[in-house]
Order: sequence, then C-alpha cells, then structure tokens
Amino acid sequence: MMQQNQVCFRTMHLDQPWSMEAYRSVGGYEVLEKILHEKTRQESIIETIKNSALRGRGGAGFPTGLKWSFMPRRMPGDKYIVCNSDEGEPGTCKDRDILRYNPHQLIEGMIIAGYTIGAQRGYNYIRGEFFEPIERFEQALTEAREAGYLGKNILGSGFNFELHTHPGAGAYICGEETALLESLEGKKGQPRYKPPFPAGYGLYGRPTTINNTETLASVPVILQHGADWFHELGTPNNGGQKIFCMTGHVNKPGNYEVPLGMPFAELLELAGGVRHGHKLKAVIPGGSSTPVVPADVMMQTAMSYDGIGKAGSMLGAGSVIVMDETTCMVKALERIAYFYYEESCGQCTPCREGTGWLYRVIKRIENGEGRQEDLDRLVDVANNINGNTICALGDAAAAPVISFIKHFREEFQYHIDHQRCLVAEPELKLNYG
Amino acid sequence: MTANLQLTGHRDQLFNETVRQKLDSWISKYPPGQAQSAVIPALHILQDAHQGWLSEGLMRALAEYLDIPAISVFEVATFYTMFELNPVGQHKISVCTNISCQLCGSEEIASYLQKKLGIGFGQTTADGKFTLKEVECLGACVGAPMLLLDRDYHEHLTPEKIDTLLGGVK
Repeated sequence: MMQQNQVCFRTMHLDQPWSMEAYRSVGGYEVLEKILHEKTRQESIIETIKNSALRGRGGAGFPTGLKWSFMPRRMPGDKYIVCNSDEGEPGTCKDRDILRYNPHQLIEGMIIAGYTIGAQRGYNYIRGEFFEPIERFEQALTEAREAGYLGKNILGSGFNFELHTHPGAGAYICGEETALLESLEGKKGQPRYKPPFPAGYGLYGRPTTINNTETLASVPVILQHGADWFHELGTPNNGGQKIFCMTGHVNKPGNYEVPLGMPFAELLELAGGVRHGHKLKAVIPGGSSTPVVPADVMMQTAMSYDGIGKAGSMLGAGSVIVMDETTCMVKALERIAYFYYEESCGQCTPCREGTGWLYRVIKRIENGEGRQEDLDRLVDVANNINGNTICALGDAAAAPVISFIKHFREEFQYHIDHQRCLVAEPELKLNYG
Repeated sequence: MTANLQLTGHRDQLFNETVRQKLDSWISKYPPGQAQSAVIPALHILQDAHQGWLSEGLMRALAEYLDIPAISVFEVATFYTMFELNPVGQHKISVCTNISCQLCGSEEIASYLQKKLGIGFGQTTADGKFTLKEVECLGACVGAPMLLLDRDYHEHLTPEKIDTLLGGVK
C-alpha cells in the first residue's frame, strides 16, 4: 500500500497540524537543532540536497542543491533567502495548504536554507489574497521566535536569522522570481533581465536564493531521513513525493502528495476518476502554461519531470487540470488566453501585444466569427512571442495555444466552419456532486 | 473601522497613531534604507483604514511618510489588482472564473451572483453593500468554483451556498 503525505503533508493526520506541538511530534526542528549544535558544514547540506534529487516545485524543476551551490556563501555582506508563495498559476493550490497546515516545516526549511547559503534574513512572499494562510504563517513565526529558532545567536550557535512575511497584492507575474524581487523592493512586478541571476544580484542587489514553498518545506524531511530515503520515494532524477493538485472534471478534487513517477492512471483513480463516469478527453498536467496532453497519451504517462516531459509537456507545479469529453477546447483555450493577456506586465512588446492578439482571435473563433486563416495566424503569433521576451510569461501564453491547436485542430476548424461547437454541450451542470 | 486620516502636515502627524504604528512595524521588517519595500503592505493597511479604497491624497501622504516619490506609490497602486482606486462597496466579492473554476461551473455562479445582486462585474450595488469583481486564479482550484468575500475564501459554491453566504453578511 503506497503511503501518501510523506513530505510536506506529513502533519496532515494530526489534530491542529499547523501547531508547533504537532510539528514537533513528527521530529520537527530536530534537524535544525542538530545542524546548529554540530555546526554542520554548508557543503555537506548542499551535497545531501543534491543527492536527494529534489527539484524546484514551483514549475521550473531546477535541481535545488545545484541552485544553492551557486550562492557566494562566504562573501561578506547581506544575503537573502526568499520563499515564493505567490501561488497563482491556474490550477495550482498546494502552497496554500502547506502554509495553512504545515507552516513550521516551511519555517524550518527556510532557516536551514539561510544557514546553508549564508543568509541572515529571509522573506516569505505570500500572495495578498491568502489572508488565512498569511495569518497561519505569522502565527507560526511568532511560535518559532518564542522557541528561540529565530533572531540573534540562535540556540547559542552564533547564527543569526530573521524571517518575515511579505504580502503581494494581486499580480500573477510576481511568481516570476525576479518580478517577485522587484515587488519585494516595493515596485511594479516587472521581471529583470537575466543574467545577472539572483545568486549574484538579487534582493537589493545582494546575493539571493529564491525557492518555492513546497521545495523549502521538503528540506527538513530530506535532512531528517537522508537523501537516499527521499530519492527512493520517487524515481531516479525525480526524487521524493510531490503534491499534485487534481482539479477540473474529477470526482474528488484535492491535493494529493504521492511519489513522483506514479502513473497518471493511478493518480486519477485516487481523485475518484472522471466525474459522472464521463470519458477523459485531455489533461493539462502542470498548470495552465504547460502544453495540453490528449487522454490516450496521458493514460500512459508517469507523473515525474521526465515522464511528463516525454509526453510532450511539463510537470510544472503539479497542477493537474482534468477535462472530460464535454469540454469545448476552444472555450477552455479562450479562458487561458485571456488570463495571460490580463496578466502580461506590459514590459516586452511581443508579450504585451501578442497575448492580446491571441485572446482576441480565439475569442472570435469561440463566438463563431473565426476566419479560415486564424489557426495559422494563432500559431504564428504564438511562435513570435515564444523566446522573445524577458521572462517566461510569453512562453507560458504561447504553449497552450500551440498545443491545443496541435492536438485539437479539428475542433477549432469546426468552430470556424460551422460557427458552433463540435462538442454537443450537455446542459451545463455544476460539479459539486 | 475608519478614523479620520490626516493627509498633510509633519510626518509624525500623518494618518493617525494606529495606522502609523502598523506602518512602522512593517518598515522595521526591511533593512535600513529600504522603506520602499513596505509600499505594498502599507497600501493594504491604508486601504483597510479608508473604506476599502485608495485616494490620491492617501497615496501622496504615504509617499511623504516613506520618503519616496509619489510616482513610486502610484505605480504600485495601479499595477496590483487588490488595490482599489475608486470607492467600493462595504463588502467585496471576487469571483474566480479561471480554467479550473470554469470547468466546475463558475460561469453559472457568476451569472447567479450578478442576477442576485443586480449588478455586473466591476459594479457596486445601489445600497453600497457589495462590489462584485471577476478575478484571476486565487489558488483554491481544488475547491472550484470559489470566491473571495472580503478576507475569506468560499469553495465548492452552489446557488444555495451563495444565498446562505450573502444572507449572513451584515
């Protein structure tokens, strides 16, 4: 029997899983105490994280240990660890539950990360609408401070570390790490050119590491049970368990923390299968910016970075959007395209103008006013955004358009030819059954 | 609750004491000389203290208080969707219509709300009680369809749930 909830959700079965008491009962803060007591070498922590095959849980999947190793950790002066809790990729809602149900594990992970990269200050950038998660995290910060895990000379080790929440205010782009830094500096969230990368020039121009909430919250468990234990929870090169947000047309939508590499078919079963006994049509496996995958391919896919890569998409943030046979792909894409149009920060012309073009052309197809040349035009516009912008929002806007048209072209063509939908839409019903 | 907010004069007299204390507490979380980092939390505080919206006077006073150019505050206030630059109702309802919510019936929820309140997105009811907004993904997709009422998320919405929810709002 496969055990769920081994990493970030390991307190989930406890009463008040967010409390210091609950967290301590699973060994919480013991790793931090040991590190500070033994003055563990930074290099050895980085080595463990590297060997665990932990990869960034925010979407890019970059190896965490390697990212940490880029920090000039002995360089004098201020350095920062920043947690990206600006969860906003459509389909993603896992960090919210980590903040609500296991905030102490994130705090411990951030303190350890700070120690390892030589940072004495950390910020957790939490999206502004997360009022309840912010409150929970703040409460946990107070508890951690009272327990002596934050502040000066922590547990007599000589290590100083301060940690604060920073609220966002509604901007998807701030999930992009350099836009997040701009926002943290009190500016519009417009991404910076890279290089220089944040490890060299980050917050206030100082060396900075930015990791996702789930990534940082995984760290204490890895160090507690060892790199091999974590790695073996998943598959080679795809270590650990990962939270998958199962949304859309499933009977039991929810966050499932399961081993990386689990077959999609099993994950779908965990989520109760496709609603109303309908047939699966397609899946967006990693959040709205990742390419859509048709049902037959998806049913053969393993839920790992490499597995989903082979299926022509990306694991992203583990945001699995399930669509059944009643889904109109034109309408779904129209909504996704609107999102990127709405959220483009306006800095780069291809994205600012291109996302508007994409949305308007898809909208007219959806409204029965599509023109024969529109599909090629869409692909052309998408290709002209792709790779031509400072940050990945441009690519994120292009990928759904290209993949939807690639896999469901006949549906778009039908809309253009017949001014209506190929999918005989049944009476739309609310999915609360 | 709204106390009178003083918008001109010496820095030590701006806003009121409660607001100043909150602002100072946020400023202290950033390194010396980085008070601009407090702009977003400060705008949240001011908006809460000013019936849910930001006037130009408030923003200018905040710039004074943080000792940064007014344009730096305007830029931020106009960039982020949570900041309101015009008066809003006593309660704000933000409905997500993004993909996961759409797949689970957010269109019906949105039209039910619009019909019930008699207003469209971006509008406020005549009695000034509710402002209705359409928003992008709020990160609660497993609870789709969902909405944010003031500071609380409400998930797995049905028309019946909305009736109960709005009926309970004072």
